[in-house]
Formats: sequence, C-alpha cells, structure tokens
Amino acid sequence: MIDFINLYLVPGLTIGSVYALGAVGISMIFGILRFAHFAHGDLMTIGGYGVLTAVWFIPIHPLLLLPFGIALAIVSALAVDQFFYKPLRKLPTIYTVIASFGVALIFRSLAQLFWNSGNQVFTSGVRMPVVLFDTFRISELHMQVISLTLVIAIALHFFLTRSKLGRAMRAVSDEPELAAVAGLDTEKVVRWTWVIGASMAAIAGVFAGMDTSMHPNLGWNLLLAMFAAAVLGGIGKPMGAIAGGLIIGIAEETATFTWFSDEPFISPSYKSAVAFFIMVALLLFRPQGLFKGRLL
Amino acid sequence: MELTGLIFYIVSILIAGGIYAVLCLALNVQWGMGGLFNAGIAGFFAVGAYASAIVTTAVSSKHLGGFGLPIPFGLAAAMIVAGITGWVVAKICVRLKSDYLAMASVGIAEILRLVIVNESWLTNGSLGIAGVPRPFGNLVQGREADLVYLAVVWACVIGVYILCQRLYVSPWGRTLRAIRDNEDSARAAGKDVDWFRLQTFVIGCAIMGLAGGLSAHYFKFLSPSATEPLLVTFLVWVMLMAGGSGNNKGAIVGAIVIWFIWSATEIFTSQLPPEWITRSSYIRMLLVGLLLQFVLQKFRSGLIPEKSPKIRSD
Repeated sequence: MIDFINLYLVPGLTIGSVYALGAVGISMIFGILRFAHFAHGDLMTIGGYGVLTAVWFIPIHPLLLLPFGIALAIVSALAVDQFFYKPLRKLPTIYTVIASFGVALIFRSLAQLFWNSGNQVFTSGVRMPVVLFDTFRISELHMQVISLTLVIAIALHFFLTRSKLGRAMRAVSDEPELAAVAGLDTEKVVRWTWVIGASMAAIAGVFAGMDTSMHPNLGWNLLLAMFAAAVLGGIGKPMGAIAGGLIIGIAEETATFTWFSDEPFISPSYKSAVAFFIMVALLLFRPQGLFKGRLL
Repeated sequence: MELTGLIFYIVSILIAGGIYAVLCLALNVQWGMGGLFNAGIAGFFAVGAYASAIVTTAVSSKHLGGFGLPIPFGLAAAMIVAGITGWVVAKICVRLKSDYLAMASVGIAEILRLVIVNESWLTNGSLGIAGVPRPFGNLVQGREADLVYLAVVWACVIGVYILCQRLYVSPWGRTLRAIRDNEDSARAAGKDVDWFRLQTFVIGCAIMGLAGGLSAHYFKFLSPSATEPLLVTFLVWVMLMAGGSGNNKGAIVGAIVIWFIWSATEIFTSQLPPEWITRSSYIRMLLVGLLLQFVLQKFRSGLIPEKSPKIRSD
C-alpha cells in the first residue's frame, strides 16, 4: 500500500499535473478557436528551453525563472497565431489543424537548432526524497509540482468565474454567436486564450523537463495524453481539463501496478497506450467528457 | 560529380520519390477523396514494411518467420496486414469527426510504434530485421540493381495510380466526394456514410502498407528508426497539399517535386560550415514546416487542382 502511494500514486499525480496544465490550453483553444492544436506539446518544449537557458545565465532554482519560459512561450504562441493560424480562420478548421501540425515541426526544429538534440538537465545531482511520517517518501520536486498546479488551478478558477475577461472567454467558448452579438471583443479573447494556454504550457514543459530531462521531443511525446485529458474533462472546460489531466496521469501510472498478480497489470513500456484507449473510449461513448464539454 | 554518379543519385531520388508517390496516392484516397484526416501514416507504412520483411526473409531465430517466400507474396502480405490494421482502426475511429480522428490517428501510429519496438519476438525490437531481399536480387548486382528496382517501384506507382483513378471516376468515388463535401446530404440520399468511410480508410491503409513493403525491399534492412513517424507522415502531407489534394496526378507530382526539393536542400546544407552540418537536417525540417504554411495560405489547391469528372448525360 505504501509502495503504491510512493511509487505509483504520487508520480501519477505529478505527471498528471503536467498533463493538466497542458490540457488547459488545448481545451481552451479547442473551445474558443475550434481546432485541435497539435503544436501545443512543442509549445511546452519551447517554454521549457526558455527556462533552461535562463538557468545557464542565472544559476538559481529553475522554478524561480519560470517567467522567462512563460514569456518565450507567449511570444511564440502569439506569433504563430498571427502568421500561421489567423490567415486560415475563415476556412474549415481542419486546415488550421494541418497548419498546427506544421507549426509543431517548426517549433521542434527550432528547439533542435538552438538547443541541440541531446538530453539536458536543469540541475544535476541526486536529491533525496523527503520522508513524511516515516512512511511517505516524496521527492521535493513532486511536492512542488503538485502544489503549484493546485495553486494555478485555484487561480484559474477565480479568473474564469470572477474576472470580466474570464467570463468573456467562457461566453465565447459556450456560445460564440451570442457572445459576438453581446459585443464581446473576440480578438481580445483569442489573444488571451493564447496567453493563458501558452503560460500553462510553459510551466508544464518546465515541470516535465525537471522531472526527467529536457529534449526536443519532450512535448510531442506528451501530446496524446493531453488530448485525452482535454477530451476527458470536456472540450472548452479548463477546470475539466485539469481534472482530466490528473485522472489520466494517475491511470497511466497505476495501470502498471501489480494489481492482480506479481506482474504489472500493463507492461510499463505500453504505458502511453493507456491514455489513447481512454480517449477513444470517451470519444465513442461520452464525447462531451465528464463536465459536459462542447461537441464538435 | 561525374556523370554516372549523378545519374545514380537521381535514380536513388526517383526510387524514394516513387515510394512517397505511393504513400501520397494512399493519402489522397483517404483525405483527398474521403476527407478522412490520417496523421498516422507512418504506422501503417511500418506495418507494411515489417509484414513484407517477415514474409520474405530467410528463417531467423531473432524474429517471427522469416518465411522465405517470393517478394510478390511479401508485398501482398504488406497490403493485407496493413489493410486489416486499418480495418480495426476504422471500425473504432471512423465515426469520429475530423479533429478527433486526427488525434486518434496520432495515437494509433504511436501504439504501432510501441508494438514494433517492444515485441522483439515479432520484429527483433530495436535491432531490426536484416537481409530483406530485393526483387531480382540474384540476377543483377550493384548499381544496376537500383535501375531494376526503379522499374519495380514505378510499376507499382502506375498500378496504384490506375487503381486510384478508377476509384475516383467510379460511382463509388463520386459517393465519397459527396460525403466529403456534404455528409448530411449524402446521408439523406441514402448513402451508408460510415461504410464508405471504412472502405476508404482500409484501401488507403493497404496502399500505405504497399509503400512500406517497397521501402523495406529497397533498404534491405528494417529497424524502428526507418519509420521515423514525423518525417514520413509530415512529408506525405506536405506533398499532397502541394500537389493538389483530390487529384491523383497531383499526388504523384507533389511527391516528386517535394522529394526533389527535400533532396536538393541536402546538397545545399552540405555546403554549410562543419559546425552546422549536424544541424542541417533540422534546418530542412524547419524549411518544410514553413513550406507547408506557405502552401496552406497561398497555394491551397496545389500544383494540379482537383477537377471533378464531367457527368455523362447518356
């Protein structure tokens, strides 16, 4: 039982937090701009490298340098929206999906070009896990990731329900025509969607890079699970995406637990298939997700 | 470069270009005619490559088979296995709407990759399968063998082209385009939309499998890295968009043009200073990514735009 918590549940919550933060952006972009953003994983990678570069110049704790990664991700996201997505907005959204596929490739090749293609770590050296109540052994990073995600989720909730801008975003996501008739500035909402989506993506990228190491494929490899999380939470429901991310993360990790015999229930090498099967099952049987998201 | 060297360089480009042309025709069936977004091309390509390799290689303890059968059996197996894989996928996913199908197909490619890497009894894992035969391999050796293979590949391209063209002008193809352009009215006209989509997806996947088989026999060696998911999938998409989706000739022309550009940039990037050489492939990927954006914005109908066949009034 203790092993289950230490080795499966907490790592599951950690990777789940990464998925959650990434899925918020995917869900909001899907809800407001109505396309599946295939470059979101690579946007995470860009944010992660932004912080990695800052660490080279200012050797303090990477989490304190998050603003650098966030800024880089926001600038990148707004630039690709302006140059690559906006010109296609009048067309069927599938063209924007194809464009975002290309943007994913552009981001990744830029990451490989500027930061080379190997694995790089934020801070070297082994950190001992913190022992709580003599039983729980949780690494410092995992605690930071989970608690920061919690704080962000609460802040996001208040932003979306209390602030004028947040409410406008939800309105555009739920009823775009009505929102336009009511005089909401759609372009401003789109801009802020990118700002929030990119910030969260950058934070998620840094978390993922600190948990393992930074490499150019980091974000792309997480993309499928984040899509699954966004669908699970309901498209256009940021809070749902956070819940979805945590659930997918926990499901992936605990699927490899020795549930019924001494063998892992699902071989760890097939871990990333778990998210896929959850996603397909949802799309077939409950496409609106847990929280009644939008249907395409 | 001396002349023969140049000729064989062009031959190698035309062989690879031909394999891409087959892939591009396959994607044209799925996307161009059927409007099905498949972002998992590399997966079906890999399935075909492994199927053909396992069927045709000599018996080995390292992987399943080999069965040592003649190459046509290998290519047939490639199409059948990839088609069946496509059928399983389509059975589940074909009802999904465009963006969701795109997400699911990325996942399928990833799962197929995981199977190939992990199931070493089947594929010898990351070590790969060696000794895949070439057609007429015992008759011609060396560079001449490339010329023979060029003929084999392009015979396949022409065969697939004729098949796709027949499909396109047939009542079946007309129904597909009707579904692509307006699903609801096609349904109202009594067409079984899901069944047509399923067929489209399976045919496309089988042809992708054929392309995979052709590439396995060309390189004579197969490892998971040979099916680098992004490069295969992405290049084929760029080729089809640039060539003109919906048009089979456009698919072939797009494949050749983009493959020539891709190969030409290799010559260009090899002139770069040494410290940049290792990064040259990233520059090429960046350029292809930008090329796709250009095509999407300014050049959407492609080199040879789709032209619906005239309706005969007899």
